[in-house]
Amino acid sequence: MNFTTDQLKRMYTTMVLIRKFEQNTIEIFAERMKRGDFPGALHSSEGQEAIAVGVSSQLRTDDYVFSTYRGHGHAIAKGIPINKVVAEVHGRATGTSRGYGGSMHLFDKRINFMGGNGIVGAGLPLALGTAYAAVKRGTDQVTAVYFGDGGASQGAFHEAINMAAVKKYPIIFVCENNQYAATTHVSANCPIEDIGDRAKAYGIPGPVIDGNNLFDVADTVGAAVSRARGGEGPTLIECKTWRHRAHCMVIPEHRPGKDRKHWASRDPIDQMRAHLTAEGIADAAAIEQLDADAQEQLEAAVAFMQDSPFPDPAEIAGVVYAD
Amino acid sequence: MPTKATALRKLKPIVAMNEALNAAMAADDDVVLFGEDIGAYGGVWALSKGLQKKYGEARVFDTPLSECAIMGACAGAAMAGLRPVIEIMYVDFMTIAMDPLVNQASKIRLMSGGAFDLPMTIIAPCGAGTCEAAQHSNSLEAWFLNTPGLKVAMPSTVYDMKGLLTAAIRDNNPVMYLWHKVLYDLEEEVPEGDWIVPLGEAAVRQEGEDITVVAYSLMMHRAMEAAAELDGRVSVEIIDPRTLHPFDLDTVLRSLRKTGRLLVVHESPVRCGVGGDIVRRVCGAGFELLRQAPQVIGGMDSPIPFSKPLEDAVIPQVSDIRAAIEAMVE
Repeated sequence: MNFTTDQLKRMYTTMVLIRKFEQNTIEIFAERMKRGDFPGALHSSEGQEAIAVGVSSQLRTDDYVFSTYRGHGHAIAKGIPINKVVAEVHGRATGTSRGYGGSMHLFDKRINFMGGNGIVGAGLPLALGTAYAAVKRGTDQVTAVYFGDGGASQGAFHEAINMAAVKKYPIIFVCENNQYAATTHVSANCPIEDIGDRAKAYGIPGPVIDGNNLFDVADTVGAAVSRARGGEGPTLIECKTWRHRAHCMVIPEHRPGKDRKHWASRDPIDQMRAHLTAEGIADAAAIEQLDADAQEQLEAAVAFMQDSPFPDPAEIAGVVYAD
Repeated sequence: MPTKATALRKLKPIVAMNEALNAAMAADDDVVLFGEDIGAYGGVWALSKGLQKKYGEARVFDTPLSECAIMGACAGAAMAGLRPVIEIMYVDFMTIAMDPLVNQASKIRLMSGGAFDLPMTIIAPCGAGTCEAAQHSNSLEAWFLNTPGLKVAMPSTVYDMKGLLTAAIRDNNPVMYLWHKVLYDLEEEVPEGDWIVPLGEAAVRQEGEDITVVAYSLMMHRAMEAAAELDGRVSVEIIDPRTLHPFDLDTVLRSLRKTGRLLVVHESPVRCGVGGDIVRRVCGAGFELLRQAPQVIGGMDSPIPFSKPLEDAVIPQVSDIRAAIEAMVE
């Protein structure tokens, strides 16, 4: 995959922005929890930034994306403005879902970001519909749908991939295998080594890749997108990865220290930074500047959120049903 | 009222629904139809007969036997701006499709802060009376009514089957359109041309002075039979709500101003059921109109058993309705 210097720097900055966002949100939530003000569920995607940014690097604005409850990175990478993401996770009227969705339900119709999902694996069947709509209209839009290693155990996984394969729908099924479904190791969820191998049962490609390497993700997704746009059907991509945090804030860390150490040495942002330096794209000072850019964006977004009002309960009834 | 009414003709429910689909698809290219056996075969109930040939495989097509995928595809297509219609072969099979309906379709408008509309229609036959046993005989409307974000239409006449389906397809929300299998062979005189029956407008099927019976779907017909048997002794007003959400409370209250007595009849279970909720609404808005305690009769606390006498025993029969009316009036 050939990226320009600018693209590489932008992708790096987005990865850093996602990470800073995740760390900042946990801080604010923890502070509120300490005060007995429960702020809601939060599922950090810290450590999985290469997948979100790599997938989005291959999509157009009008391509559809269905996300998960661990979807802040997907949303930011697809292009929801950081102000609106921060405002949403803190329940403000200026949020991308006007405060009605929260952390698990970031939507942005303008860029066909079709929402996160609180139900494991539930995005896969929805993806059939946008993919079908594109085929029916004769556009070459594709749909990317994220899910985890846990989601691959849902019946919806089978129903959706099977139907997509039968219909040759333009879908990229992106499995973020971060090794644990809540606290359950993937070996207790899946009897084979690679979830990607299940693709064989549907007669579609099922590449298994290093999800912490942005270039592996971009190359593989790029090929799947070409295949989908060309009318050749869906692809299942398994991205092996690791989340830095436990499933959510109320579940203590339980994963073996040796695994955490192993994955810490393969951090996606460290890998990207090393690449930029090695290739002479950005020296230490330039990297520092990109990090500072991300920090500045995040701080401005937090300030925007703090100045934003909460939504007006008087409006709820008008939001439930359309006219 | 019919928009282009001419002469009357005889029509059956499935043909009425097919006509509504045909007209909707002719008028709007965004209307699409899919489900199990819906394509070349034309649907196991003949719902889509001739439509694939007329509108092509891109708009009318078969799916794998995967209700969850069908419902998910329907919701996703609606999010993308299409106006999908799906058939779930029996409402009982909705259990497999509940997540994409209840956690997705009904909630996405709210969860997105109102950004996404989901104009989609789910057509499903329901009800007991055909000896198809416990998993092909359910009446599940109360489940859907307990799900904010959905609308529920339950037509009882051939005229309404066409008019309500047209309204459901044009509506910008997910609509459950549930028709009763026992009404499959109903035949009625209806006008030529196309018409719409708005969601949320009840029909007074028979005017009366002594008691108001609210009954929908198959039970509307049974209530009419019971009222006919009581003709000359009890004057029964029969109101068919036609849609359960939105619900036309005004028409019920207007009737109660005359009669002061309310009996609700439905086939689905009474426990936590539709009738209890109608009584709640009436008591809240017009308690002073009631001269005695309102009553509800409906399905027994039992799954639907197979053998005919057992099946008949668990859902209201004409004699049950007649007895309930007599008990209230005499």
